[in-house]
Amino acid sequence: MATDLTHLPAVHTDVHPIFGKLTWQSIPIHEPVLVGTFIGVAIIASVVLYLLTKYKWWGYLWSEWFTSIDHKKIGIMYMVLGFIMFVRGFADALLMRSQQALASMGYEGYLIPHHYDQIFSAHGVIMIFFAAMPFVTGFMNYVMPLQIGARDVAFPFLNNLSFWLTVSGAVLVMISLFVGEFSTNGWLAYPPLSGLEYSPSVGMDYYLWALNIAGIGTTLSGINLVVTIVKMRCPGMTWMRMPIFTWTTLCTNILIVASFPVLAATLALITADRYIGTQFFNTELGGNPMMYVNLIWIWGHPEVYILILPIFGIFSEVVSTYSGKRLFGYTSMVYATCVIMVLSYLVWLHHFFTMGAGASVNSFFGITTMIISIPTGAKLFNWLFTMYKGRIRFELPMMWTIAFMLTFTIGGMTGVLLAVPPADYVLHNSLFLVAHFHNVIIGGVVFGVFAGVTHWFPKAFGFKLDPYWGHLSFWGWIIGFYLAFMPLYLLGLMGVTRRLSQFEDTIYAAYFITAAIGALFIAGGIASFFIQLYVSIRDRDSERLRDDTGDPWDGRTLEWSTSSPPPYYNFAFTPRVHGIDTYAEMKRHGYQRPTDGFAPIHMPRYTASGVVIAGLLTVMGFGLIWHIWWMAAFGFVTAILWAIGHTFNYNRDYYVPAEEVRAIETARGPRMEPAE
Amino acid sequence: MSAPTHQDDAAHGSYKSYLTGFALSVVLTVIPFWLVMSEADIGLGWALAVIFGLGAVQIIVHVHYFLHVTGTAEHGWQAMSMIFTAILLVIVLSGSIWVMFHLEENMMPAHEQIERVRNLP
Repeated sequence: MATDLTHLPAVHTDVHPIFGKLTWQSIPIHEPVLVGTFIGVAIIASVVLYLLTKYKWWGYLWSEWFTSIDHKKIGIMYMVLGFIMFVRGFADALLMRSQQALASMGYEGYLIPHHYDQIFSAHGVIMIFFAAMPFVTGFMNYVMPLQIGARDVAFPFLNNLSFWLTVSGAVLVMISLFVGEFSTNGWLAYPPLSGLEYSPSVGMDYYLWALNIAGIGTTLSGINLVVTIVKMRCPGMTWMRMPIFTWTTLCTNILIVASFPVLAATLALITADRYIGTQFFNTELGGNPMMYVNLIWIWGHPEVYILILPIFGIFSEVVSTYSGKRLFGYTSMVYATCVIMVLSYLVWLHHFFTMGAGASVNSFFGITTMIISIPTGAKLFNWLFTMYKGRIRFELPMMWTIAFMLTFTIGGMTGVLLAVPPADYVLHNSLFLVAHFHNVIIGGVVFGVFAGVTHWFPKAFGFKLDPYWGHLSFWGWIIGFYLAFMPLYLLGLMGVTRRLSQFEDTIYAAYFITAAIGALFIAGGIASFFIQLYVSIRDRDSERLRDDTGDPWDGRTLEWSTSSPPPYYNFAFTPRVHGIDTYAEMKRHGYQRPTDGFAPIHMPRYTASGVVIAGLLTVMGFGLIWHIWWMAAFGFVTAILWAIGHTFNYNRDYYVPAEEVRAIETARGPRMEPAE
Repeated sequence: MSAPTHQDDAAHGSYKSYLTGFALSVVLTVIPFWLVMSEADIGLGWALAVIFGLGAVQIIVHVHYFLHVTGTAEHGWQAMSMIFTAILLVIVLSGSIWVMFHLEENMMPAHEQIERVRNLP
């Protein structure tokens, strides 16, 4: 039987040989919202560029940061990228909340459905891939090598390249705002909607290439950090003496290495469907769109644990530090983390219970999902028992942690509820689901990021963050979160589906308006955070914020034993470890920092290759998105050539002379006194 | 870190082990090939079982003889990561097959069902 293929969309429409699909119509000047945004962005960008040029910061940024392969600077750059993209993603959230509030009152609102679809897709993609992922990668990069007493990660250049590949993806997403449009298919872009027939525009291609490129970066960074932990722990640091954050980092990166190739393969298949006319996900020609859903969630479920596991590590460090105790149940914490790591591969189907699997499949995945709450619950009890009879200091990181424990428990319970397949049939695709995953991602990941930032900021910069604005930010977030998402639980229970931009009925207006007010509180929390940064930088030399000891919180792990900020070689002498919570132990035994006998230190050199290769791949991505084939070929070939050229660069390391080490170690703030 | 990075020189194989691996690979490839080409009459089920079974053995042969993964190389890390990979592969492959069969059974209308719906009055 010959199949009639004439109705299938042509893969290659006639495109201009130089400009591809790019025309003046691609610039969205007909959208007032976007034009306003563009003017705002242009003004801010010109101010930033002007300041950078005026104070001659370009050279400094290039030679000290962009080309840096110091894991600490790369970690900080990941955090900066995360916060920039977080603000973009949050702007999308404000647009959605206000549009829904208006629509629920019976107005038309200011966003047309096509634009609204782009906004919720961009919000999801940005928040997961370009805000949450950079945050956790940033923490893992900055803290883990210090905790294991290493000088850097195993492959320092690769680390820089991974970072810039992530930036490359973020840049492509940002370009889509003003050139062309973004995907309208939600954050996971299920076919057939995301296929060529229903999404012929460049939006979906922006999505694909941004994730393809950023995904390579994440995979490489995962390999790098696993090797670092396996190979570069300092003498004495056996597995069961590693800090919990390092353990969670290990499990997270194993998950990354094992699951991101699945994402890459899935996206490669749908990219092939869109670019070279394969029909992997077209039912008509023997393909199956369900295979896409199946594959993408095989990556997608481990991904949520990739986000939350390091955050669990942050909370573990915070709880034991601010309770002044060893973490309760260290061993059970390690095993719980490892069990979650394996179980996270056994639950993916709960994301599509309603898509037609039979009772046996649904019950299997429902039960495995419920089982995963056991190790998570064990962790929660460990944190509680750590606090029990501890001398708790209610510094901000501790407050974020307590807020997390309360909020995450609610999110976890609604998660177990959703894990029951019959309940899921009622609640799937509703605002209940939206409330649930924001409950665990904001209550877990975002609170953890703020706890971690406040906790490790003095380590990274040598001064603490201002607590007044920190408290304002904290309460803005807490009140805002509950106001914004509790109404969504109720709405979901009443059957309101997600991703709606228009409503027929106005009886739900009160809920949507409450949610919008909640979003404004969160906006206040975010603004307070940035004011906190400003105030802290302004007052950095004041008595109240400055920290010369390197150990402002009476820390327990190795990163607090070096100066703040740590010298670029981290430790003048490789530490030796004799137990869990090494630094607490060292302080108890009256540890004195060595002031003599320095030796030369072997360090890697900075290189521009990471920036250049990622930049060229961005050009390639842009060319592929717009079918500008010469540009894509140019970007790809030059990137490969540059990478090959880089392998011939043998001048990649040097020795820090002992004299320089001595000078740095002597110049370091007042002598650190043992805590007791 | 200045720690030596090449402490496992033994794991690079010898001329003999490469030859053994090559010979095994050839044998393991020829059998399924012959099975298909000669259209040997052992039934489809058996044929598939033999082809996939020998394919699995082939993977192990490659991993052992060409990638030099042994129980002790790199302090057992290679073996451990191989086992972890194998577990995940089994989960992902068997899980996907199970899930996709279920979806097909429940969701994919058979040809005659489509025809029946088409011919509804």
